[in-house]
Amino acid sequence: MAEAHPVGFQWVMEAKRKGATIIHVDPRFTRTSAVADLHVPIRAGSDIAFLGGLVNHVLQGGHEFREYVVTYTNAATIVSEDFRDTEDLEGLFSGYDEERRAYDPSSWQYASGATTAASGQRDPEQAGGVQLQGGSSDSADQGSQGPGGGDSLSTGGVPERPERDETLQDPRCVFQVLKRHFSRYTPEMVEETCGIAPEQLAAVADALVRNSGRERTTALAYAVGWTHHTVGAQMIRTAAILQTLLGNIGRPGGGILALRGHASIQGSTDIPTLFNNLPGYLPMPYARDGLDLDSYIEQDTASTGFWGNSRAYLVSMLKSWWGDAATAENDFCFDRIPRLTGDHGTYQTVLDQIAGKVPGYFVVGQNPAVGSANARLQRLGLANSEWVVVRDLQMIETATFWKDGPEIETGELRTEDIGTEVFFMPSANHVEKDGTFTNTQRLLQWHHKAVEPPDDARSELWFYFHLGRILRERLAGSTDPNDRALLDLTWDYSTEGSHAEPSAEEVLREISGTGPDGSAVSGYTELKADGSTRSGCWIYSGAYADEVNQTARRKPGWEQDLTAAEWGWAWPANRRVLYNRASADPQGKPWSERKKLVWWDEDAGRWTGDDIPDFEATKRPDYVPPAGAKGPDALAGTDPFVMQADGKAWLFAPSGVADGPMPSHYEPTESPIGNPVYPKVTYSPTRQDFDVPGNRRNPARSRVYPFVFTTYRLTEHHTAGGMSRTLPYLSELQPEMFCEVSPELARMQGLDHMGWATLTSGRSAIEARVMVTERMRPLRVGGEVVHQIGLPWHWGPNGLSTGDAANEIVEIALDANTHIQDKVGTCDIRPGRRPRGPALVEHVASYRRRAGLPDDRDVASARGGTLVPGGAGAQADPDGTVARGGPGGPAKGADEESGGSGTAHPGSDGPTDDRGGDRSDHRTDHRGSTA
Amino acid sequence: MSVIEHLPWPLLRQAVAARRGTGDALGRGAAVRSRGTEAKVARTATADRVADSICPFCAVGCGQKVYVKDEKVVQVEGDPASPISRGRLCPKGSASTQLVTSPSRVTTVKYRRPHGTEWEDLDLDVAMEMIADRVLDARRKGWQETDESGRHLRRTLGFASLGGATLDNEENYLMKKVYTALGAVQVENQARI
Repeated sequence: MAEAHPVGFQWVMEAKRKGATIIHVDPRFTRTSAVADLHVPIRAGSDIAFLGGLVNHVLQGGHEFREYVVTYTNAATIVSEDFRDTEDLEGLFSGYDEERRAYDPSSWQYASGATTAASGQRDPEQAGGVQLQGGSSDSADQGSQGPGGGDSLSTGGVPERPERDETLQDPRCVFQVLKRHFSRYTPEMVEETCGIAPEQLAAVADALVRNSGRERTTALAYAVGWTHHTVGAQMIRTAAILQTLLGNIGRPGGGILALRGHASIQGSTDIPTLFNNLPGYLPMPYARDGLDLDSYIEQDTASTGFWGNSRAYLVSMLKSWWGDAATAENDFCFDRIPRLTGDHGTYQTVLDQIAGKVPGYFVVGQNPAVGSANARLQRLGLANSEWVVVRDLQMIETATFWKDGPEIETGELRTEDIGTEVFFMPSANHVEKDGTFTNTQRLLQWHHKAVEPPDDARSELWFYFHLGRILRERLAGSTDPNDRALLDLTWDYSTEGSHAEPSAEEVLREISGTGPDGSAVSGYTELKADGSTRSGCWIYSGAYADEVNQTARRKPGWEQDLTAAEWGWAWPANRRVLYNRASADPQGKPWSERKKLVWWDEDAGRWTGDDIPDFEATKRPDYVPPAGAKGPDALAGTDPFVMQADGKAWLFAPSGVADGPMPSHYEPTESPIGNPVYPKVTYSPTRQDFDVPGNRRNPARSRVYPFVFTTYRLTEHHTAGGMSRTLPYLSELQPEMFCEVSPELARMQGLDHMGWATLTSGRSAIEARVMVTERMRPLRVGGEVVHQIGLPWHWGPNGLSTGDAANEIVEIALDANTHIQDKVGTCDIRPGRRPRGPALVEHVASYRRRAGLPDDRDVASARGGTLVPGGAGAQADPDGTVARGGPGGPAKGADEESGGSGTAHPGSDGPTDDRGGDRSDHRTDHRGSTA
Repeated sequence: MSVIEHLPWPLLRQAVAARRGTGDALGRGAAVRSRGTEAKVARTATADRVADSICPFCAVGCGQKVYVKDEKVVQVEGDPASPISRGRLCPKGSASTQLVTSPSRVTTVKYRRPHGTEWEDLDLDVAMEMIADRVLDARRKGWQETDESGRHLRRTLGFASLGGATLDNEENYLMKKVYTALGAVQVENQARI
């Protein structure tokens, strides 16, 4: 956090000054570790085991915050007797379908009304198929990857009145199920999996327990060290379970803080330019027979809790988009929303591009040729597109792949052969346009235009508004019903200035919403399902309340209390702590004077406090919902988690999660060891991988690729470098790509501090300057020594500060919930610079041969044409069926070491470590089944 | 007033200031302020106007003050009023002036024709029309009315989009709105990555 969010870290230091204990868990010793009270080195990707060890400590020792847990979580709820845990099935949960590599979650449901619960608010006919939302067995193609997105987790539902045992003794209650599940995560198991000694684990556990309860709270902060894994969503769920057991959610000083990486990455998620969501976390609809607005609302969203008002949110959005054309008679134009059939995420799209299936590509302020996993495949995708529009400030690698990209140097591509038409459209920067960023704490902050953008530089607001205007002009008069969605779109924003810039404030007002009389609404509780209100994104409703741009408020911090409610505007409803009703006890009194935030004021008959209560203002703590209640009315006065269908924090998720109702440790997509926790299931059984040329997975426990790498960021650079490697100051501060290695690894591999090293994986090879440092230390894991290499990922060939991109060697392997890649993998490291030109291709191929992977050099024929797909099912079918290596792909079962010998590069001789034994990598093992 | 005070030698000035209690013996503060220093004026003081802004790098959301003179950005500073950042900026945020005034920034449209070996210049309006042509063509090529079971899709897989996470909310909103109306579903963002 000190490294990647330095100014935010000042508040951690303020807390430390006031006596807080700061614990830093990271494979590397960093600027954060340097000022922490305790640094705990961990094997990259083993966080579920570590956090699971803490959960186990809490449960075995009876350290949970009992009153909070009983009332505010689903600990007491009885789980279906059909449920089987990983303890019963040696690493798998019940419902696993090996062929689809997916779970049917119907056996994970609550016992009462199990058939209803199985559907996650779908009707019984639909129960049991599609993942995440309870899904439908009528569509195997959907089920194979699920609607995707941990973002829609909270749309899952529960039957009315779940059966509960508030003594938490019933063997099938969530609390006992959880206790059994995590009993495997003993200190010894944590040590064997994470390389963390029992004393260290105990020190962390004691600190956590000591600092939780009525009087104290603990916060967990994480970033992509948790999200960038094939089990990323479950890592965060483990943290959520731990924090919920300790009573650290919805309370001041508590929570799980996602440290998001970019100025408005939170905003890009809230108003999603993401395939699987509509604004405000409403799921994009999947193709289903007879799907209409009613069935979508019924099946895709919960009927109780605040998702029970989904129709009001969606109808208001549809009215914002299609205005008067959206009527009750035509389902408010719901049928104009295109339907999903599978994973349409960015990595799937790139593989489809390589297959020649996607003619056009807009890349907008993004640099996938450096910043996405497997950068080479990103460029091959660009090279196999008909046209690409790149909008950026600088001439980034994504725009120049055809001219001077790495494949031009290796001879795999020739400029003259590449048919891609490329438009570089210069962008305005943040001081040249008005608009809002949403920061990591959900705070919308307005930035004012200071100057006009130069020459042809324009904002994205300008580009998309005018592109839409031109397209609408082109199609004017069209009789094709499929053009109505564009022609009826509300697209009449007023423009200003010499460039005809659309008014960002007008767009924000549309997002926030208007009432029947056309005036700004105060917030989402005013939105109606009858079409009388509009709001482009219900969670942002109120950002323009009282016709005031609330996001532009800048009352100085020194004139406000710590909450600073008059600086910017936080969604929802300017609340600063979500679910803050949990900061009070069931009767509505603060758990303690020291930790009070909101409470019930009996005299006033309403909730009050130092934050805006995240609860219906006048709902009494003793409110009990009547039978059959819907929406928020169905939640009791003691149900703080108002987005949940049962108002409870889910220690056990009966639906909504693709890879299990509880977290379980699986190895990163590539690992030098087996899975100590579940020896028969090495990898996440539901992870998405793509066994195609250029994306080969290094075999498990490979001696050819024996070392772990993990990527990370630096203070002085920003993501893929377009906004930092082009600036002189930042390039001077961090001038060159480097790798961090321990003195032990340096000795073993003959690496010199400040010298060069070549790192090779099954995808490619990169070079980096060597930093030999004790910040990296070998860990003893599973009876073996694991060496880890730290790789900053900011560099690429363009700009003032250049270097190889770490993403060249990263595999595309994704979390089934989020479709986000794993940042951990394996590689070899050797002294010296990497080979140049065609020798680089040969170098990488020689490693692959030695590892028993396909040679793949014929991928060079991707030049100007179509990449030959490498495995059965490797490409998306036209209907979007999930892409992943099927069991019949080529080169399966080829054991490592059985291929040809390395001949090309002096550095590619056999490995020097002394580990022996048979480490053959059977693909069945990859696929998560028993070996 | 002694003549010593008019001598410009730094060490002398330091010693005198320390002796008189008007400065610091370690050479800080007033002790090291020369007449040259006194004559200097900060760019922030001579700016024509100041715009309130937010740092465009990480997601902490530090407040920025953007100083403008003669319609050019001359300095970007941290905003002390921000309860989040209290005036501070990290190395990236502090380099924001270079970000917005970078000489390597490309400010005109560049076009690479199929199989071309060099960039060509292109008029912005022409580029917009050409892109509109291509969007409609790709939309048609990738159009899917129904799936193989006859279920309504009404979408195109003909073009995709990948946005960065420094886009404004208003920009993301217009993107999602117009893409969805065109039937595009492969709409993605750094938030996935």
